Amino acid sequence: MKEGVLSPEEVLEHITSRFPKGVSSASIRKREQGKKKVPHYTIWIDLDRELLKPAIGALMEIQFPHLSVIAGADLGDAIRLLYIFSTQFGHEKSEYMVTFAVTLPKSDLAVPTISDLVPGAVFSEREKQEFFGIRVTGIPDGRRLFLPEDFPPGVYPWRKDETGVPEGMVKELWKSGRPTDRPSPPVEEKSPGPAGGGEGGMAAPGNGAPKEGGK
Amino acid sequence: MSGESKKAPYRIPIGPIHPALKEPVMFTFEMEGETVRDVDFAPGQAHRGIEWMGMRRNPVQIVHLTDRICGICGIVHSLAFSLAVEDIAGIEVPERADYIRAILHEFERIQSHLLWAGVAAHELGFDSLLHLTWRVREEAMDVIENLTGNRINYGIVQVGGVRRDIVPDQHAVIEKCLAKYEGLLGTLLDFFLDDRTIRMRCRDVGVLSRKDAVELCTVGPTARGSGVNVDLRQDYPYAAYGDLDVRAVLPDQHLGETHGDVYDRIVVRLLEVGQSCGIIRQCLSDMPAGPFTAEEKPARILAICKKASGEGIGRVEAPRGECLHYVRMEGKDSPASWKVKASTYSNLMSWIPMLRGSQLADVPIVVASIDPCLSCTDRVAIVRDNRQAILTKDDLHRLSVEKSRRLQR
Repeated sequence: MKEGVLSPEEVLEHITSRFPKGVSSASIRKREQGKKKVPHYTIWIDLDRELLKPAIGALMEIQFPHLSVIAGADLGDAIRLLYIFSTQFGHEKSEYMVTFAVTLPKSDLAVPTISDLVPGAVFSEREKQEFFGIRVTGIPDGRRLFLPEDFPPGVYPWRKDETGVPEGMVKELWKSGRPTDRPSPPVEEKSPGPAGGGEGGMAAPGNGAPKEGGK
Repeated sequence: MSGESKKAPYRIPIGPIHPALKEPVMFTFEMEGETVRDVDFAPGQAHRGIEWMGMRRNPVQIVHLTDRICGICGIVHSLAFSLAVEDIAGIEVPERADYIRAILHEFERIQSHLLWAGVAAHELGFDSLLHLTWRVREEAMDVIENLTGNRINYGIVQVGGVRRDIVPDQHAVIEKCLAKYEGLLGTLLDFFLDDRTIRMRCRDVGVLSRKDAVELCTVGPTARGSGVNVDLRQDYPYAAYGDLDVRAVLPDQHLGETHGDVYDRIVVRLLEVGQSCGIIRQCLSDMPAGPFTAEEKPARILAICKKASGEGIGRVEAPRGECLHYVRMEGKDSPASWKVKASTYSNLMSWIPMLRGSQLADVPIVVASIDPCLSCTDRVAIVRDNRQAILTKDDLHRLSVEKSRRLQR
């Protein structure tokens, strides 16, 4: 390892050593690609929601981290939120992703805002509020982000329970079948000679002989 | 008019449709005279629910859906998604596929940056430069078509590798294109960087400080233009980039200083075109022989994916910056969760510090300077006291062109 650059184990240790309790799992995943098999690392840490902000604080001691996005998943009785960070950017081949995952039971879907630590997080927090129906406490700007203003309240597109998108909101275009009243596509005249050769199949549709009167 | 109403700030909504970049976002500007005092924006005018659709499809189908997330970034989304799924399912991608992925990735960067350079020239009123850049961009499009079969929606990346090989006959086609770009790059740099008017319009306009760039989580050329040393190809190697020596292109390498303005973002993008040519050439000469996909039959790929469970992240350096896909599989056909984070998602918030304090005529070039993959103006309604005037996108564009002409005098 280069000087001043931490190994993935050191980064993990730096964060988890602060918290004797509340970290339910922690792992480092390595992936190698290319001929030289240069690895990159992703650090996964599952923790209690009370520890989320202290953990981000510990990460910020290494370098101001880059927050890619807050991802999430509906687990049935809980929502899992993943705060996907990366640290040590600018150090050649030594950037690691650090993912903090918190699980919020559906009876209490509140999580504190991290925008006081990372101002750019507001964007992603707004999105999680409208798509998962969670509540980000202390968010400086709680407006909608991507969904239209007339989107029905209480419907959260990424939820898999009764608050998800109901069937009535989904247009199933395939049920209407293929349109039959369309003009047939313009088809090139069949060339008399072998001109075009084997490429002739490119111009005419492959599903049968070209029809007359394409125009 | 009373003196009081002249002083009062007035609000200008811009949006939600902008014909220049075809992607909609709604802006509200609070103006004081010609100066933007504050700005707010509302994205989501083109939200199509792609992630919702993905959670009802299988990974082989989703790869083709990812091709269609963006009109010109056909590689980055399918590559990021495939990386995430391969991570979960433990699929080992052949080395040759890593190189082919990198070559296509760089061609995409070349065409995207040239397209952007044309848009920037147009916003400044240099339409001959727009036509020049878009004409030379066709060379890259032709090579992409030669390699993948399509100009856009390439359909080339699949889980486990790529769908087509690059055969020796195609090396000459690629080499011809690279030589042409390397010959042209000096001319393009002259046109953009040594022009007095472009310098006056772009220097110290739309400034984003390094601190703001880091705190607002910006990515790609927008962050690098502000002097932040980030480039996933350098920091977090994927595909063939671990074998190459890619260094982030920063404005001070070329100019000796960093302003974090529109000009610096132009410098970064143009230099990256040259960098991409070098990367492609190196990939071509180092490309190992062997298979180009771990599994050729889609049904077999699907069978592997169906058994997989876990979480994975795919992350690539798109032309506009980091593109990230998070996937969670639970041993079923379709992923339990899928989150797409496009590069512009991270860059939008940087508009606010950039636009604050800038002039109305500078709005088009500043907005375009982050190379947004969703954009702004169709109609501008100026609401001033009780009078209303509608400005079309053309009017706003005219304001920008007139400013260039004034400066040229």
